[in-house]
Amino acid sequence: MVSPTSSAEAASSASRNGKHSVQEVESITIRFAGDSGDGMQLAGTRFTDTSAILGNDIATFPDFPAEIRAPAGTLAGVSGFQVHFSSNDIHTPGDILDALVVMNPAALKTNLRDLKKGGILIVNTDAFAQNDLDKAKYKVNPLEDGSLAGYHVVRVAVSKLNKEAVKDCGLSPREQDRCKNFFALGLVYWLYERPLEATLKWLKEKFGKKTELKPVLDANNAALKAGYNYGETVELLPVQYKVVKAKITPGKYRKITGNEAIAIGLVAASHAANKTLVYSGYPITPASQVLEDLSQPEMRRHGVKTLQAEDEIAAIGVALGASFGGAIGVTGTSGPGICLKSEAINLAVMTELPLVIIDVQRGGPSTGLPTKTEQADLLQAMFGRNGESPVAIVAPQSPVDCFDITYEAVKIATRFMCPVFILSDGYIANGSEPWKIPDIAKLPKIEIVHATGPNSEGMNGAVHEHAEGEGSGAGKFLPYKRDQYLSRPWAIPGTPGLEHRIGGIEKQDVTGNINYEAANHEHMVHTRWKKIENIAETIPELEVIGDADAELLVIGWGGTYGSITTAVDRVRKNGKKVAQAHLRYLNPMPKNTEAVLKKYKKILVPELNSGQLCWLLRAKYLVPAEGFNKVQGRPFLVSEIEAAIGKLV
Amino acid sequence: MAATALPTLTAKDLTTDQEVRWCPGCGDYSILAQMKKALTTVGVPREKMVFVSGIGCSSRFPYYMNTYGFHTIHGRAPTVATGLRLANPDLQIWVVTGDGDGLSIGGNHLMHVLRRNIDLKILLFNNEIYGLTKGQYSPTSRTGTPSKTSKTGSLETPIRPLTMAIASEATFIARTVDVDVKHLTETLQKAAAHKGAAFVEIYQNCKIFNDEVWAYATDKSVKADNLLYVEHGKPMIFGKDKNKGIRLNGLTPEVVEIGKDCQIDDLLVHDEKTDDPTLATLLSRMVGPKFPEVLGTYRSFRKPCYEEMLDAQIADNIAKKGKGQVADLFKAEDVWTVE
Ligand SMILES: Cc1ncc(C[n+]2csc(CCOP(=O)(O)OP(=O)(O)O)c2C)c(N)n1
Ligand code: SF4
Ligand SMILES: [Mg+2]
Repeated sequence: MVSPTSSAEAASSASRNGKHSVQEVESITIRFAGDSGDGMQLAGTRFTDTSAILGNDIATFPDFPAEIRAPAGTLAGVSGFQVHFSSNDIHTPGDILDALVVMNPAALKTNLRDLKKGGILIVNTDAFAQNDLDKAKYKVNPLEDGSLAGYHVVRVAVSKLNKEAVKDCGLSPREQDRCKNFFALGLVYWLYERPLEATLKWLKEKFGKKTELKPVLDANNAALKAGYNYGETVELLPVQYKVVKAKITPGKYRKITGNEAIAIGLVAASHAANKTLVYSGYPITPASQVLEDLSQPEMRRHGVKTLQAEDEIAAIGVALGASFGGAIGVTGTSGPGICLKSEAINLAVMTELPLVIIDVQRGGPSTGLPTKTEQADLLQAMFGRNGESPVAIVAPQSPVDCFDITYEAVKIATRFMCPVFILSDGYIANGSEPWKIPDIAKLPKIEIVHATGPNSEGMNGAVHEHAEGEGSGAGKFLPYKRDQYLSRPWAIPGTPGLEHRIGGIEKQDVTGNINYEAANHEHMVHTRWKKIENIAETIPELEVIGDADAELLVIGWGGTYGSITTAVDRVRKNGKKVAQAHLRYLNPMPKNTEAVLKKYKKILVPELNSGQLCWLLRAKYLVPAEGFNKVQGRPFLVSEIEAAIGKLV
Repeated sequence: MAATALPTLTAKDLTTDQEVRWCPGCGDYSILAQMKKALTTVGVPREKMVFVSGIGCSSRFPYYMNTYGFHTIHGRAPTVATGLRLANPDLQIWVVTGDGDGLSIGGNHLMHVLRRNIDLKILLFNNEIYGLTKGQYSPTSRTGTPSKTSKTGSLETPIRPLTMAIASEATFIARTVDVDVKHLTETLQKAAAHKGAAFVEIYQNCKIFNDEVWAYATDKSVKADNLLYVEHGKPMIFGKDKNKGIRLNGLTPEVVEIGKDCQIDDLLVHDEKTDDPTLATLLSRMVGPKFPEVLGTYRSFRKPCYEEMLDAQIADNIAKKGKGQVADLFKAEDVWTVE
């Protein structure tokens, strides 16, 4: 089934008679690590695609340095890409590594602690000269001092072997060296019995179109095959490992990252709503990719309008202006950008216009850890503005869920005329998993009704006590006359007869006229809250999985879903009872949240912050929730959560 | 369907039921009145007009116009107006801003909206003071201006709004003054007719906190000697007796007396159409009392707008590969089937 392809013909004929054996395993976690210039992200992505195509379930975790050009070979410049592939359903990129590929000493130093004892360590021995060791601050060569004794070290002269393989392709020495990631990739393909086909096809599509790129194509092909053949020929390891197909729901699949899913979700939602999507952002890690994706020529075909604004304030202004004009206005950023947007978010709260705000969270405060993940903007989204400022908040629980949650955010924003926060994070934004391509016919509709004529008939000020006065007579347009959910009409400029003025000053309910009266202000503050609470009428209830009758409930939100779910599964497999729930809607929370929480004696809230959801749950529902917190810019390890649960059951 | 003539708008049609709350004697009243007058002639129906403003006395403007309106937040009107323009190509969008709103807190947005040539008509009500917050100096206040926050005199060099607009590549740039109702109305009409980012500085008197800063430009007895009204293709002549002009001496302008220092043919001739910003820059830097200050249209030329080019890209990509379908969104480098 899983056999090397034609590309490895020479090798495959020699292979199956081998002395080495093939061992079947359930899952493998591997990390490619090297200097940022070593192409580790690319090697990891190709490996992921190949594994996905083979039918494994996959989850990835790219980890790159904050500095694009940290000096080569230094600890600060190390870039890694982790892939977890399995014959089972998996939810995380894996805690500990079964195998680690390191291209230089710096990569060894920063990644070794994640390799399991006895794990496979593939080392590019060509990069361990004295100056390489100095840059990585090794006093003695770790390949020689016995410090790697606990691992299965595989020494390969990757640079030399690669050079030899590609020397006739017509590249400069420097360019030749840049193929070494494909040599390493070929080696790893051999180790895990993966075919080269998909990667060769990818190379052909990427470099096969232009003749001047032929040397690049040839060299990468050669490096990949040489790596594979080398593994085979020298019997690199006594065993090859095999991970068979996972039992996955039949259908068509592709791989997707959280950021990609957000971009696609926005455009799909704009189709469903039959509206133009206007997206404005200012580049910031880890959110830039959404703006990049949406500005592609492909997206122009969908009528997507993008504007790279001068700053985050401008970006949200553009999005809000677009919403006023009847489009789907969206802006995206990370924490520092949210700080800048807060005043305009409040303008959206006051003017009650639809707006989607994406926050791909990263380590904070201030510039913090730009490339690392954190879930620390929940309370900022909830309360981080002047005055009482209710907004809707949703959070995707996985890369794939970014699609659904984004679609949902557009729906809520347009139905309830309010800003909706999407709290994604760096971990799911860059991480990827297989995505079952949705059935278009089953995508929910997004129905938008615009005001088309006066709405004051029969009112006579009766709808609400503050409605008397001018403007409430028949035949007028009342921009703040509300429906059953307290949502106001969306009248777009250009519609005759509905001319009206909106702004950030407090307004009279119903008429929308400026109003500074005490009672009206209190009424409006309450109305804005109530409107957001009404969203709970339209969202799914909180689901409890695992043992509903357990004593302990583990509840989380956002991108930690995978680690929490895996940890709960493991504890349950050990015969302990645990219930689990995950909040995708944070404001409002599902209607039954309180009822669910009150059923459990103990509540554990794992979060990548110092306890923000925990704080909200305790404040809102007076329940004895306890936090399990990690604020290291890194995702939870399953084992960490497992241990925390273990203490309570 | 038979074409129906546009109903003619009157100033009253453009008036809202909201009480106007500016101080008596404020220059904003005149601008509001001339705006309504100007808009009755531009041939755009009321529902297609939108006024977007920031925060300040001037930014209350939208509440008094019976059109669509958005009173946004301090300095950000250009951004909201940009989004509105992207969403809707056939509105006539006016942005009303003040010297603090547009040049201090919102200076960055102003620069970029002009540079992108978004089709907006931006009016900067320059009273050289923060009116709404009751009298602090602004980025256009002259050096030495005493104000609530500069009792001992402002220490800052004022920004020249038009020099900034030129540097930001605005495609329509003009200056007028609140009390010259005829010139103000014409300037608004010209701005309305322009396609692209139009920027108009209006000298506006703040009766309460900066009264008389513009006296030299509004007082009948002296203004003719202090102002130069430029017109495209005409020599630059000014003065009560129309006997003074502007001549170029090397790279510097100088005031000359016609008949004495030179003839009319020696004077600078105005050109608002040229895409060379040199002349406009030079005019924008002429400041009294050494020079007359220049009113009129500095620049007016056509260049594609951001939104036009964006629409063209969309049309282009659709022409090449067809309109995007939902299914296209799901395509990827690698798609596999699980059976
Ligand atoms: C973020 C923010 N900071 C400060 C203010 C207070 N504020 C309101 S208007 C204004 C200055 C207005 O001056 P200008 O733009 O010249 O308008 P004018 O009132 O003179 O027409 C200031 C500082 C505010 N509304 N918002
Ligand atoms: S404070 Fe000045 S600018 Fe403001 S309304 Fe009064 S006179 Fe006009
Ligand atoms: Mg002012």
